[in-house]
Parts: sequence; structure tokens; C-alpha cells
Amino acid sequence: MILPDAEKKEAAVLEANKITVRFEGLEALSRLSFAIFPQQIISIIGPNGAGKTTLLNAITGVCPLHIGEIFFKGQSIAGLKPFQIASLGITRSFQQAQLFMNMTVLENVMVGMHPRTTSGFLKAMFRLPSERKEEGMIRDNSRGILEAFGLLSKSGDMAGHLCLRDQRRLEMARAMACRPEILLLDEPAAGLTIREMEEMADIILWLKEKGQTIILVEHNMRLVMAISDHLIVLHHGIKIGDGLPGDIQKNRQVIAAYLGK
Amino acid sequence: MKHLPLMVFSLVVFALPLGMGNNYYLMALNIAALNVMIVIGLNLLMGYAGQISLGHAAFFGLGAYFSAVLTTTYGFPAWPTILGAMVVTAGIACIIGIPTLKLQGHYLVMATLGFNVIVYIIMIQLGSVTGGPSGFAGIPGLRIGSFAFESDRKIYYLFWAISIGILSLSLNLIHSRVGRAMAALSHNEIAARCTGIDTETIKIKIFVISAAMASLAGSLYAHYISFISPGSFSIFFSLQTVTMVLVGGMGSLWGSVFGAILMSLLPEILHGVKEYNVLVYGFILMVVLIFFPEGLFPSVRSFVATTFRKKT
Amino acid sequence: MPLLLKLFQFTLSGLTTGSTYALIAIGFSIIHNATGIVNFAQGEFVMLGGMFMITFYGYLKLPMAPAFVLSVFAVAFIGLLLERTTLRCSKSKEIFNLVMITVGASIFIKGLAMAIWGKSAMTLPPFSGDDPILFFGAAIMPQCIWIFGITVSVVAALNMFFIRTRTGKAMRAVAASRRSALLAGIPVNRVIALSFFLSGALGAVAGIVLTPVTTISYDSGVMLGLKGFSAAILGGYGSMIGAVAGGLLLGALESLGAGLVSSEYKDVLAFLILLIVLFFKPAGMFGKGSLRKV
Repeated sequence: MILPDAEKKEAAVLEANKITVRFEGLEALSRLSFAIFPQQIISIIGPNGAGKTTLLNAITGVCPLHIGEIFFKGQSIAGLKPFQIASLGITRSFQQAQLFMNMTVLENVMVGMHPRTTSGFLKAMFRLPSERKEEGMIRDNSRGILEAFGLLSKSGDMAGHLCLRDQRRLEMARAMACRPEILLLDEPAAGLTIREMEEMADIILWLKEKGQTIILVEHNMRLVMAISDHLIVLHHGIKIGDGLPGDIQKNRQVIAAYLGK
Repeated sequence: MKHLPLMVFSLVVFALPLGMGNNYYLMALNIAALNVMIVIGLNLLMGYAGQISLGHAAFFGLGAYFSAVLTTTYGFPAWPTILGAMVVTAGIACIIGIPTLKLQGHYLVMATLGFNVIVYIIMIQLGSVTGGPSGFAGIPGLRIGSFAFESDRKIYYLFWAISIGILSLSLNLIHSRVGRAMAALSHNEIAARCTGIDTETIKIKIFVISAAMASLAGSLYAHYISFISPGSFSIFFSLQTVTMVLVGGMGSLWGSVFGAILMSLLPEILHGVKEYNVLVYGFILMVVLIFFPEGLFPSVRSFVATTFRKKT
Repeated sequence: MPLLLKLFQFTLSGLTTGSTYALIAIGFSIIHNATGIVNFAQGEFVMLGGMFMITFYGYLKLPMAPAFVLSVFAVAFIGLLLERTTLRCSKSKEIFNLVMITVGASIFIKGLAMAIWGKSAMTLPPFSGDDPILFFGAAIMPQCIWIFGITVSVVAALNMFFIRTRTGKAMRAVAASRRSALLAGIPVNRVIALSFFLSGALGAVAGIVLTPVTTISYDSGVMLGLKGFSAAILGGYGSMIGAVAGGLLLGALESLGAGLVSSEYKDVLAFLILLIVLFFKPAGMFGKGSLRKV
């Protein structure tokens, strides 16, 4: 495991230790180890089928680890359920936007705040003042997030009526609503025009500026090279590269993997 | 004003008997009120939490027999027993719900059906306690202090007050953090989980709440009719309640309320064609599902909306 | 009677009812494999089989074999009609919706049966008399041999059909992957229609052979359908061996339970087994896994 920056003394916010994920006899991820440091944009790249989305699923608890450990801020999260991991502070977007189409744009973001709020069944049914207050706070906060993502004007629209670019943004807004430690983005540039992709890059950089740690799975090399602080390269579930963008670009093993042996 | 529909509805409900001389329809409306209680809970479960139960008649029956036996055979006071029944039924629902709600689709339907059948058979076989297939009679009426609810009219106000109360609480629930979580989980469970929602616990809580509502309706039913028999708690009744939800429209609480009222009054509208009761139910279910899969209420609502839009 | 003999007797009679459960279970599987839905009207097909047979053989006094064939065809045709009218015309093709339509159809058919044949239970004379035959010390009714024999023949014939004939192979193709079957030029809609036709026929056969043993009324379909479905799940949904194994096992367990424990709670046993299987091993004994078919 290569430390990206020898001077960095901060603790890693996410650490994977020899994680292995198996599907029906095949190893989708094989003894993968890496460390993610805070306030960075880390891109996971690799040819198709390399295991990138599987890695995101493993981190978020959607698929189980067969071997290995994942540590989030020093605490082991292997075996936790997805909702627990989200509550701890790791949220994500999906390759195909998984919005709640039956709700409005604003409501989608309000759902994003679920882990940071507490009003339960009884408080809701009897409309206790504390619940009303929390509801107001959720609404205001959500509107703020929508504004930051440029979606406030569409807050009353149904999520299903948005164009692709806005759907992607809405998914990010929802994931950001609970102020996560780590934001996972699964191919945020897929299907976007060049202009939209540049806007997406701006958004991601802006999030990083605000202190967000972002892990990005992406095919689009332009985007990856433009914004990443660090790259991890996967091929057939194995890590074949872990370093600065400039170094990875010259890495012969990586080049061979992309061009095919 | 958000509360306007509820207030208008309450006004209509409370004003209705004043214009009605005929007590016969009052009885049907009283049963409708009980059905509304069951159907609201079922709608929360089906429409908002995205689950299915074809076994709610069992919870209705558990409430009815619990109240009937304890008040009649053992002389317990009515109202605490009703609450006790709700607690016990909720407990049973929790025990059954935990393994059942992990199932999907047809498995879930079969498990709830199977549960209903088991409870139904126990009701029939446990004759010494429940009175067996011929039923259980002599259940005392409801009273508060020295005020007895002995007329259909008095029962009407009691039952509808309770129903509207439950409706109000449920509407509050839908427009809240929990309500959004439920809607999210019904639409996309994996995304909901990754957004931090504990879907398994919410599903169980909704199931338990809907069971408690059915139990409440059952207890009130027992005290009202003063005679209960297992036939009222078979899977056919479970199907009837699901029909009410589907006819009204799964995604709409108000739809279910109207669906319940409509289907409860249907036997009266069809005027004593008791033999064809089963036939008509099946027919209506098929017609609604084939031509109005969203339910009648949303269809009516959009029909009204487009009609009025044309006029302006 | 010594215990071992009793067990043998119970098991034998259980295998008999189990055979009919197996037929019903196969009916469920065929439709599910072709369409992905559970046909809740399957039980009514069974009831109708018995009812038609009673009408043709009992009232119209037709000879047994033609009455049998006519009844089976009548119910098979009703199954076809069910698919062609209700399911085909449905605005929503969501699985839950289609399943609930079959629920509505089952209620409708039940109501229709009640209107036509009344509420009382009816029966048929056993096919070849009711003198019990001794089989290793246990007494079995000749009807039971008929039931077993007919079930075995039907299952063998079906097996032949699925493996040897083109149509049967087409049906297996649709079960494996509807999309691929479409691309291969298989008329999926006709396969679906055929699956309903076959399931109707199977249900009818089950109903006809069962009626002399237990009576039949407008209400019988519900329980039989549920038990057949339990058998299908017990054996592993979607597999024919599973349906047969599940049916026989369920029948045997039910009979043993009724004889050894309590006969009043016999039906509870069937559903308790169902719940246990669903909670602990939904795939059943030979199951292919998920109940979802795309």
C-alpha cells in the first residue's frame, strides 16, 4: 500500500484491508487494500467489470464482504446494514439515478435528512411541537441544499420529470442532505454532454472546497484527470495502481489493462 | 389550508344523521366506520409501506374474540379490554411480522393468508372458549359511565369520531419524516436503505399499527353486534378489505376511506341479493383492477380535474 | 392396530390426497413459469372439475369416460378464457395487479358456482366401487388407486410433453427466459394461453378424482388451492419434481398429523408447514430460488 503523500500525517477516514467479495465462485474484489484521506477527491478507475461498483456496494454494506475489513474513522463497518452505514456518514449516488419518483424534488432531499433527524411515529401522529419544529428545520435545510445545487426553482416538481442532468444533481443533493463524511459517486458523468460534465466537475470541486471527502467511480478520463487528487486503479477486482494522476497515467500495467494484453 | 378536507369531511359525517330518519342505513354506515379503521391501517401498509397483507381479518377477529370473551365470560370492563386487545394483537403482529415481512411478493401474500387460515381454524376449533362455528353471543354493549351507546345513532357518532380520529393521526403520519421514509421505502427499498432509512423496522411498525387498528375495529364490532362468529373473520373478509383499498386507490388514504364506505354500502345498494354477494365482489374487484388499476378515487379525481379545467 | 401399520395406513391415504395436491401444484407451477404470476383461481379449477363431472355424469347421465374428458376440456377452456379476457385486457401489467385479478376471478367463479350449483356439498360414486382392498395389511379404497394411477399417468404424460414435443420445449424456453424465447420466434402469448389451458385441465383432473373421496361444494376451491400452493412452495416453486414431491409430502404429513395428533387441526398443519417453509427455506426442497420471474 503506497501512501499518496509522505508528509500527510492525518488519519485515514476510510481504510480497506484485504477485502474480498465473491459472487458465485468468482472473486469480484480480491484482497483489496487502500486508504482514503479526508477532503480529497479519490477516483476509482478501471476497465469494465473491474469491480468498481462492487467496491461501492461493499463500502455501503449493500453486498457482503467474504474476507477483510473496512474501517470508517477507525471503526469497523463490515457487516453493518446499509442504513447504519448511511447514518454513520457514508452516502452515495447510483449509476442509474435511484430517485424516489413518487415524490417531489424537495421531498427527495428531505428524505436525505432522515438519518440526522429523530421524530418517530408517535410524535408524527400527534403532531407534537418538537416534531413540527424539526419538520420546519428539515424543510429549510433542504431548500438551502436545493438552492446550492441550482434546483430550488424545481422544488415542487416530481422527481421523475427532471432531465438527466438535474436528476443526477438531485441524487447528489439528497446524498449531501445529511452532511456525510464521505460521498460516493457512481459514474456521475455518464450520459452527460461535455458542457454538463464540466458543470458536474465544478460541483464536485466546490463540494471538496467545502470540506467534503469524495470517492468517485468514473469511466470518463477527462473528468477523472481534471479533478482527482488521487487514483486507485482496479482490474479484475485487483488493485493495479494507487497514486497521483500523473503517475498513474504513465503506469505501464494500467495502460496495458486498458488497452488489453 | 391543509386541514380543510378533514374538516369538511367531519362536518358532513356529523351532519348526515340529522337529515336521515332511516336507522337501517345508519347500521350500514356504522359498519362502514369500522371498515374505514381497518382500511386506513391496511392502506398505510400497502400503499405507503409497499407491503401486502391478505390476512387482516385475523387481527379483526382477534380483537373481536378477545373483547367478547373477556367481557362476557369473565366480566372485564369493556374499554380497558379493548386497549388490551390492541396490545395483544399488536404483539402477535410483531411476532408474525418479523419473519413474514422479510418475504417478498407472493411469499408475503401466502404467509399472511396462511396466518389468517390458522387463526380462523383455531377460532372454530377452540369451541369451549370461542363458542365454535355457531359463534359467541351475549356480548355487552358499550357505555361510558352511565351513558350507554344503545342506539344506532349514538354508535354512529362514537364510531365515526374514532374513525376520523384515526384518519387524522394517519394523515399526520403521512406528512411527516416517517411518512416520507415510508413512501421512499415503498418506491425503492435499496435507495431508501442507502439513504439511512431502517426499512425493516419501519415495515414492522406499520404492520403492527395496522393490526392494532384492525383489532380496535374488531372489538367495537363485537360490542356493537353483540354476536360474533368465525365466518366474519375468514380470508374472504381479508380479501374484501384489500378490495376496498384497491378500489379506493392504493396511494391515497382518502381513496381508501371512500373505497371502504362504497364497498360497505354496496350490499345495501344491491338490495338483499345476498346469494350474489360473492359474485359481485369478485366482479367488482376484477373490473377495478383491469380498467382502473390506480383505483377509482384517483381516476375520479383526475376526471374531475380535467373536466373543470376544460370549462375555464 | 399396531402403530407401524397405523402409520403405514395414514401414509398411504396421505399419499392419495397428496397426489391431488401434486396435480394442483403442477398447475400453479406451469402458469408461474410462463407468466411469473400466481394464479389464485387454480383452486376453483379443481372445484369446477368436480362440479362439471357431477353435472355430466351424475345429472346428464353420460358415460364416465366422455364425461371425464368433457369436464376436463370445459375447465381447461375456462382457464383459457380467464387468461384471454381478464389478464390480457388488463391496463396494468404489474405482477401484483395481475395476481389480484386472479383473486377476483377466483371469487367470481366461486360466486358463479354458488349461483349455479347451490351451496350444498355433492359427491360422485367411486370409479370402481368401494370395497376396500388389502395392501400389506392396510385397507385402501379402490378410488385411491385410481387417484394414484391417474396422477402418475398425467405426470408421465406431462414429462413426455415437456421433453419430447416442440410445444413443450417452447414452454420450457419461455419459462427459462421470456425475452430470449420472443427473440427466438416463439409465440409467447400462445404459450401463456396454453399454460392456462393446461393448468385448467390439471385442476379439473384433480377435482374429478378427489370428489368421490371427499365431497365437493362451491367453497372447496379455496382450501384446495391454498394447499396446492403450499405444496408447490414446499417442493420448490417452479419445478415439476418439486410440485410432485411437495404434494406427496404435504399429503402424507397432513394425514399423519390428523391421525396421530388431531383431526380438527389437520388444516392448521398444512399452513403451519407453509409458514415454516416460507420463513426458513423459501426455496423449498427442489426450488430454483426466487419467486420472481422476469
